Amino acid sequence: MLTAQGITVRYGDKTVVDGVSFSLREGEWLMLAGPNGAGKSTLVSALSQGAAYAGKIELDGRDLRAYKPSELARKVGVLSQGHEAGYAFTVEEIVSLGRYAYRGGFLSGRDKDGEKRINQALADTGMDAMRKKSVLTLSGGEMQRAFLAQVFAQSPQILLLDEPANHLDLIYQKHIFSLIRDWLSLPGRAVLSVVHDLSLAKRYGTDAILMSGGKAVAQGGINAVFTPENLDRVYGMDVYGWMRDSLKQWE
Amino acid sequence: MKSERFRWYTYGLFSLALFGAMLLCVCAGSVSVPAGDTLSVLWNALCGKPSPDGISGAIILSVRLPRVFCVALIGAALSLCGAAMQGLLRNPLADGSTLGVSSGASLGAVMAIAFGVSIPSLPYAGTMAMAMLFAFLSLMLILFLAYLLDKSLSTSSIILIGVIFSMFASSVISLIIAFAGEKLKSITFWTMGSLSGSNYAYALILALALLICGAVILRCSQELNAFAVGEDNARSVGVPVRRVKLTILIAVSVLIGISVSVGGTIGFVGLVTPHIARMIVGPNHKKLLPASMFSGAVFLLLADLVGRTLVSPIELPIGVVTSLVGSVIFVIVFYKNRRKG
Repeated sequence: MLTAQGITVRYGDKTVVDGVSFSLREGEWLMLAGPNGAGKSTLVSALSQGAAYAGKIELDGRDLRAYKPSELARKVGVLSQGHEAGYAFTVEEIVSLGRYAYRGGFLSGRDKDGEKRINQALADTGMDAMRKKSVLTLSGGEMQRAFLAQVFAQSPQILLLDEPANHLDLIYQKHIFSLIRDWLSLPGRAVLSVVHDLSLAKRYGTDAILMSGGKAVAQGGINAVFTPENLDRVYGMDVYGWMRDSLKQWE
Repeated sequence: MKSERFRWYTYGLFSLALFGAMLLCVCAGSVSVPAGDTLSVLWNALCGKPSPDGISGAIILSVRLPRVFCVALIGAALSLCGAAMQGLLRNPLADGSTLGVSSGASLGAVMAIAFGVSIPSLPYAGTMAMAMLFAFLSLMLILFLAYLLDKSLSTSSIILIGVIFSMFASSVISLIIAFAGEKLKSITFWTMGSLSGSNYAYALILALALLICGAVILRCSQELNAFAVGEDNARSVGVPVRRVKLTILIAVSVLIGISVSVGGTIGFVGLVTPHIARMIVGPNHKKLLPASMFSGAVFLLLADLVGRTLVSPIELPIGVVTSLVGSVIFVIVFYKNRRKG
């Protein structure tokens, strides 16, 4: 569905993402992993057209830059980590913004499917009861679910997620990740996400790119990428040993 | 789902309040005219008949009425601009006066008066064009400088730069005044923010500008909602971010430029009224923008009335009244926000 070739992002004379290439196929959940400063989030910004990049990204065989913003929004949805809404919008208003791309830009009110999609998204994320609540009163987990509902209402084919459950309580992490897995189970969909927690990445991902210093150090199926050798090299420590050791605390 | 827009009767209520405020302002003043007399003068004028005997129709028709139109239109325009900028920059303290756009417009207008910039056969066009141009240039400059300071365009850096720019603009204005010579009087008169020179031509220009720029801004309601949630969010739901931003900024600059060139610097209207409107109708711009326009018009009409009648026969400049009221509300809002954040 999505192919990227030689993606390079520079901030000033610093190269943050350095010639990363990959492809994302239907049904895949591609995990971007790597230590802090590896360029994962920047790569997601480039994919969502939020950062200027060199290289080529194609979506369904067409250059991403050639898409109109509203066309792109109908195919690709983005969920970033942490949101802070400045004004007291209701959950419903936040979610209905997800239908923006279907309302024909400056003219509004021709989105027949909209209401159904919004209600579905609110129900799927368990936010239906809170639809009239102001987002200023939500907890971190509820806020993230509200924005997840927005991106579901957008009904894209590809989800780009940047640490979707960062800083959230375990129960919300689990909730968000299983919601995304359910979403992915329908045909014609794919997910690419930055996930810091390697256990979460291994648990939910089908494929992975291990990044370090802006470069893709290893990529492919998740188990082929998350080998002891690869992880030790990138993180500079015995990752498998640490994980097993941590697990022992609970036995 | 409930309609996101106002129903017709809400507009009816708004119009009623606006009409009431306008009527009050036409009647009251150094010479009070009873409401009934005022209405009969207006009715006769509409029908093309002379004013009834014994009533000073001239005061109403050629002094107060054009002034009331100008005040209402400027109030609506400044308030709409404030609401739009607060949404666009996701910053509840944004407004022409806190961002330095009004001072920029004043600088342009003062330069036009001092250096005699004029467009042949169009009497006010030189001052207006310069005010609009400088409003836009200063907005771009302020946003650019704030962006250099921090890339996220945060509340504090924009306001900081805006304040610095305002000081810079006023010092340049003072400099021009120092060398102005025989034009001193007209410049000083104008910078006080006086609407006593209002006439129907100004009102017509304001109405046209508000009609065009207002339509542009109102049609961006959805986009403003997205911006008010966050610029990244706006991009991800498919808003053509740069184009919409530029469109709104240009419309805002034109409106502020024209308002300032007619009424001088009138601070805090665009800051305060959208805030009050937001408390009543919520942050959705489909409701917030029209509500801001009506409340801005009423607010400025009442401020002008206070300025005209409080220490009559001396007339307080309208900018003084709005700044007195506005700065107090500004402080309250700022402290409330600080405590929340």
